[in-house]
Amino acid sequence: MALKLADYKTDVHNDWCPGCGDFGIVNAIQMALAEMGVERDKATIFSGIGCSGKTSHFINTYGVHTLHGRVLTFAQGAKIANPEMTVIAAGGDGDGLGIGAGHFVAAGRRNVDMTYIIFDNGVYGLTKGQASPTLKLGEKTKSLPSPNTNSNVNPIGLAVASGFTFVARGYSYDVRHLKDLIVQAVNHKGLSFLDVLQPCPTYNDLNTRDWYAGTDLVEEAQQRHSRIYKLEEQGFEPAVHYNSEVEVNEKLSQALIKSLEWGDKIPIGVFYKNELVSPYTQRIKDKIPNYLENSPSKQKISINGHSNTDISKILDSLQV
Amino acid sequence: MSSDDFTWLIGGPQGSGVESGANIFSKVCAEMGYAVFGKREFYSNIKGEHSYFTVRVSEKKINSNVIDVNLMASFDAETIFRHYDEVISGGAIIYDSDLEKSKTDDVRTLDGPFKERLHTELESKNKPLTIAGVLEIAKEKGVLLYPVSFKSILATLAEEMENPRLKGLVRMFNVIAVSLSLGLVKMPPDSLNKTIGDIFSKKPEIAKINQHTATYSYNYATAKFENFNQTLLGTEKESDTILVQGFQGTALGKMACGCRFQSYYPITPASDESVFLESNELLEIIGDRPGSTAVIQTEDEICAMGMAIGSALTGTRSSTCTSGPGFALMTEMLGWAGINEVPIVITNYQRSGPSTGLPTRHGQDDLLFTVYSGHGDFPKIVYASGDVEESFYDTGNVFNYSDIFQVPVIHLMDKFQASSVITCKRFDPKKITINRGKLLEKVEDNYRRFEFTDDGVSPRSRLGLDNGIFWNTGDESDEMGHITEDPILRVKMMDKRMSRLDLILKNIPESQQAVSYGVKEHTIISWGSAKGPILDAIEMLSKEGISIGYVQLKLMHPFPADYVTSLLKDAKIIIDIEANHSGQMGKLFKQNVNRDIDYFILKYTGRAMTSTEVYDSLKKIIENKANKREVLMHGA
Repeated sequence: MALKLADYKTDVHNDWCPGCGDFGIVNAIQMALAEMGVERDKATIFSGIGCSGKTSHFINTYGVHTLHGRVLTFAQGAKIANPEMTVIAAGGDGDGLGIGAGHFVAAGRRNVDMTYIIFDNGVYGLTKGQASPTLKLGEKTKSLPSPNTNSNVNPIGLAVASGFTFVARGYSYDVRHLKDLIVQAVNHKGLSFLDVLQPCPTYNDLNTRDWYAGTDLVEEAQQRHSRIYKLEEQGFEPAVHYNSEVEVNEKLSQALIKSLEWGDKIPIGVFYKNELVSPYTQRIKDKIPNYLENSPSKQKISINGHSNTDISKILDSLQV
Repeated sequence: MSSDDFTWLIGGPQGSGVESGANIFSKVCAEMGYAVFGKREFYSNIKGEHSYFTVRVSEKKINSNVIDVNLMASFDAETIFRHYDEVISGGAIIYDSDLEKSKTDDVRTLDGPFKERLHTELESKNKPLTIAGVLEIAKEKGVLLYPVSFKSILATLAEEMENPRLKGLVRMFNVIAVSLSLGLVKMPPDSLNKTIGDIFSKKPEIAKINQHTATYSYNYATAKFENFNQTLLGTEKESDTILVQGFQGTALGKMACGCRFQSYYPITPASDESVFLESNELLEIIGDRPGSTAVIQTEDEICAMGMAIGSALTGTRSSTCTSGPGFALMTEMLGWAGINEVPIVITNYQRSGPSTGLPTRHGQDDLLFTVYSGHGDFPKIVYASGDVEESFYDTGNVFNYSDIFQVPVIHLMDKFQASSVITCKRFDPKKITINRGKLLEKVEDNYRRFEFTDDGVSPRSRLGLDNGIFWNTGDESDEMGHITEDPILRVKMMDKRMSRLDLILKNIPESQQAVSYGVKEHTIISWGSAKGPILDAIEMLSKEGISIGYVQLKLMHPFPADYVTSLLKDAKIIIDIEANHSGQMGKLFKQNVNRDIDYFILKYTGRAMTSTEVYDSLKKIIENKANKREVLMHGA
């Protein structure tokens, strides 16, 4: 029986603030899962800590709500042990780019075949609005005692530099576009990253829904009804098509340059895509030929309650 | 000292082949039927600092090192300066005669505090501050000296083999030193040749050069070294004996018991275990297609722990291996594994703390830390193995505990164990049973991961299992695994999880909780690697008609208070022996058994205990001459 969108929803009470951008992201994830027809018990949503951390409880697949900054560690371990599973990790920008920044970079180097979605709102909402890693230097959101003293991190640029092989940005109020990005990200062979601009109506009074809609801009921009524009509509070509250094460097560079655009024009869509880099599962398979068919979670480890592993050759080599 | 208990010491700068020299010596002795107990000491350094290996061999089973050295083989000055006084009267020193004029100041790696102590000693005996000076002291004590020019040996070999490169090949000094030693003790030479052939089996040319060098050096010693009356002629070999390195016990245990995922971050002395697992990642499975262990090197210990937990959630037996500083980073996640009832094994090869401490040295420093690790109350098991042989079987057991009780298990090992090389009975994988507890293969409808049950343990699904959907959270949760802050449900969930501690004490067999080697008026209570020195010291005392009891604690948490209390009811004097400053197990003992420790024998120099030291302290206790707190100091 085909699964419907409703099948991916739980009846857990959602306690996000009214108007929160997070709703759009959860809806987009559920729509994407429904569109792809992912079996509910063949997918796990991992989440970090913060408002975004509750995401896994709202989606009716396996759900693992982990620790602050650590979501990628759990998700990678599970995916490596059970490579057949669809794995999506979700977390906030403080979660993934502050406390978890080390894991973010290391995950890029591994390129495990899964998707990481960052709910990017510039503040730590659940602790009442402190500055998060994506808030710009000198900006003062409403609950900050004084303007932000740190420069911001560039999530798209960091992902591209770290080795993520699919890097995109979505906007939480453009749910259909975001759903399409999630489908592409999940189908991508390798580690995909989605930076989702997600207004926090309670604590971020700078990057609001109205601000993204460009209501403060001059007439020309207002005609677009948005600061946001879509890369694919500009003919931007993010994909690496052949494995040459020149091609790869060119696509990396243009992604990085695009990632620096901010202010009156903010690009969303796919910045970079390279399926020529081996996913981590392939790297394991190169060492362990039957890894995919007989992954750690599949292996039979006993016969009638006794060990079935034959270590006699190693013991022979130690025997005197 | 008869030669049925013989200690050989080899030293040299790190990177000069001390370890491979010791491996050759150990292998030869083991092949010739001797029991071997070897231990490596080294600095936190790649090249140049002093490293040494003591190998004790005997015709009977031995469990530790002793203070006395019968033969020292050295090819650098530092080894002689640091160890000349450990060689006993009637023992011998083989040394490079080119070093005789070396002054203490020539050896840049001799650190200040040591040099000061050495100078005081030499000055008090009116000796020059040179190798000649310390060797005079040794000679006066009755140590036989065997000078030999290592360079001339190389020169001769270069000529004999028509290979001028050999002349400068100081890398061969270790093989020369080992072969001179074996020649001196008249070890039958065939085993030396065979061992070198085995070690260099993939490089026949190098094997040939080494074998030629070994034979020449061996013959040199038999022809020119006189008057040494201790011999190692070989003895009857016990069947099914293996020569094993410390970290291989837990590694082989993990392979055998079905651990199929290990994530780790490099740290001394734990990484060797993971590297060994990866080197043997392809597994032969009886009656099935090949298996494998996924060994993943992570960016830090936090990720190592997170990955292992993620993997464990898929139903895979999963583990990480670390040492104190790494474990410190894992503790937040330990609580997550606790509240989510995730079976996972953390092997902790302890070293000396606090902080970086003595990073390559021994200590049983992490007991209290591991017992109390993680914020909040949650059930866990802390389990300690006494020796390498035990650690193989214990590894199988701790994975079972973890699965049956759905708790994280911290398996305590240490640096002393990790860097020892010992002979023991070949491990028997048939003795490893596998019990996955309530892990499900199939799920009925309406599954609830944290369902309340009579025994407090819920059936466990795994990520990817049909119909087995569950949620996890580090928050308090309901039976489905969704967040709750309800006070009544909170109490029920807390009680459910914490009831596991009683269940553990009730269900782990007493023989796996603590091992009694007899209880006497004076009885030792101890844990972990202190076992070897204790057993040997007790044996030494029994030869003098003194009997001392010993209880080895293995289940450190939850503490088997009732069983330990009953075991010790006839003991009058309780002696706590462990390698840390504060007598950590003594504190747990006092807290749980409500009885005072009468004497502590502690060592925290960073060097392992020797049975000699333990014997001396026990004797003082018997004779009523001991301090309440005896602190052991031996070892360079």
